[in-house]
Amino acid sequence: MGTIQILFYFLSALAIFSAIMVLLSRNPVHSVLWLIAVFFAISGHYVLLNAQFLAIVNLIVYAGAIMVLFLFVIMLMNLNAETEPRKHIWMKLAGVVSGGCLLMMLISLVRQAVEMGGKKAMMAEGNIGLIKNLGHALFSDYVVPFEITSVLFLSAMVGAVVIGKK
Amino acid sequence: MTLLSIDWILLIEKLVLIAIIVFASLGIALYTTFAERKVAAVLQDRPGPNRAGPFGLFQPFADGLKLIMKEEIIPNTANKFLFILGPGLAMTAALMTCAVIPWSSHVELFDRTIDLQVADINIGILYIFGVVSLGVYGIMIGGWASNNKFSLMAALRGASQAISYELAMGMALIAVLMLSGSLSLRTIVDQQMEAGRLWNIAYQPLGFLIFFICAMAECNRTPFDLPEAENELNFGYHQEYSSMKLGFYLFAEYVNMIMSSAVMASLYFGGFDIPFVDEQHLVATNVLSQNVVALLGVLMLLVKIAIFIFVFMWIRWTIPRFRYDQLMNLGWKKLIPLALVNMLITGAVILWLGK
Repeated sequence: MGTIQILFYFLSALAIFSAIMVLLSRNPVHSVLWLIAVFFAISGHYVLLNAQFLAIVNLIVYAGAIMVLFLFVIMLMNLNAETEPRKHIWMKLAGVVSGGCLLMMLISLVRQAVEMGGKKAMMAEGNIGLIKNLGHALFSDYVVPFEITSVLFLSAMVGAVVIGKK
Repeated sequence: MTLLSIDWILLIEKLVLIAIIVFASLGIALYTTFAERKVAAVLQDRPGPNRAGPFGLFQPFADGLKLIMKEEIIPNTANKFLFILGPGLAMTAALMTCAVIPWSSHVELFDRTIDLQVADINIGILYIFGVVSLGVYGIMIGGWASNNKFSLMAALRGASQAISYELAMGMALIAVLMLSGSLSLRTIVDQQMEAGRLWNIAYQPLGFLIFFICAMAECNRTPFDLPEAENELNFGYHQEYSSMKLGFYLFAEYVNMIMSSAVMASLYFGGFDIPFVDEQHLVATNVLSQNVVALLGVLMLLVKIAIFIFVFMWIRWTIPRFRYDQLMNLGWKKLIPLALVNMLITGAVILWLGK
C-alpha cells in the first residue's frame, strides 16, 4: 500500500464517519462541527486528485464562510434537543422508505450510466485542477456561464441589501 | 529508504522542521508577551516588568507558571467537550499558517538539500486565506460553549469582524497575485530577490496598508479588539476560561501576530531577502557558504517580523478602541472599495506596461 492508498482509506473513513455523526448528533452545533470535518476530508480527497485549488476553495467557502454563518444562526436560535418537536413513528418510517428508494435509484443510475463505465479517477496526476489551468478554462471556454454566474451573485447581494434595508 | 512506499527520510526531515518551527514560534511568542509589556511601559513612561531575573527577562516564565498553577474551572453549565476544544482550535489555527511560510532558501546537511519551508504548495496564499478563515472557530466555539451571554456576544462580534475584514484582505492579496503571477509564497519571495526588482511594497503601498489593517483586525489587536472589550463585555469570549486554557487564547493572539508579520514580510518586504545584498552572488563567489547565507536569511526574516510586531504594539498602546459601527464602516465602506480601486489600478498598470 502506497501513501496515496493509506491516505485515501483514512480520508474516506473519516468522511463517512463524520457524515454519519452529522446525522446522529443530538446537538445541532455538534452537527455543524462534524459537517466541517466532512469538508476537510473531502478537501483531502481533492488534494489526492491533484485539484489543490478546488480543495482550498472548498475549505475557504464552505468551512470558512458558510459554516460560520450556520453556526451564527444555530447559536442565536439556541436550538436544543428538548425544544425540537418529536416526530411521529409513521413519519420516521416514511422517511426511511423514501430515502432508501432514492439511494437505490441513485446506485442503479450510477451503475448503468455509460459515462461511468471503465473510468478511473486520476490520482495525483491530471493538471486541470491546478489553478492556472482551471482559470484558463474558466475564462476562455466557459467565460459566458462564468460571467452569468457572477451576475447572479451580484443580484443575490443586491437582494440581500434590499431585504436588510427594510 | 522506502517502506510502504513512503519516503521516511523526507518524512523525518519534515517532522523535525515542523517541530523546530512550532517550538521557535512558541518561544518567540513567549518573549513577545514580555516585549508587549516592556513596549507598553516605555510608551507610558514607566519601567515595566523588571523584577524576575536581569531586566525582568524571566517574566514570561513566571507568567506561564502562574497560569499553569491556577485552578482549572469548567462551568457546570458549559458544554465540556467544546469548552476544551475552543482554545485548542484557536492555537492550532494560529500555528497552521507557518506551514507555507518560506523561512529561508535551503541548507545542505548530510548530503541533502533541505528547503527551510514545510510545504511549497502552489496555492500558498489561498492556504493562508483558508487558515485565517478557520481562525474564527476558536473564538466562536469557545464563546458559545461557555454558556455565558457576554461570551456569546463577544464571539459573534469577533466572528463578524473576522469575516468582514477577510474580504478586504483577500482583495489586497489579489493585487499582489497579479504582480507575481503565482500563488506560491516561495516564488513570490524569489521574485522580490531578483536583481533589479524592488520589494512588492514599492509596487503595492496601498495594498500593503489595507493588508496591514486587516491583519490587525484578524489578530483582534487594539484598535480592533472588540471581541474582548472589557468595559462592555467583561472579558469577552474567554471570560469563563481560567488557567492554561485562558493562556492558550492569550497566547494564540501572539502566535497570530508573529504569523501575520511573517506573511506580510514575505508578501511585501522580500521575506528572507537581505536588502542591498545579492545572496546568490555571495554563494557563487564562495564568500559565504550556502548554509551561512540561509541562516542569515532566517535572521533577516526574524528582524522584519520583530519590526512588524513592534509596530503592532506601538499602535495598540497609542490608539483607543473603535466603536462597533465605526469598525464595520471602516471594513465595508472604506477598505473594500479601496482594495477594489487598488486592484483596478494594478491591473490597468500591468496592462499598460504590457508585462
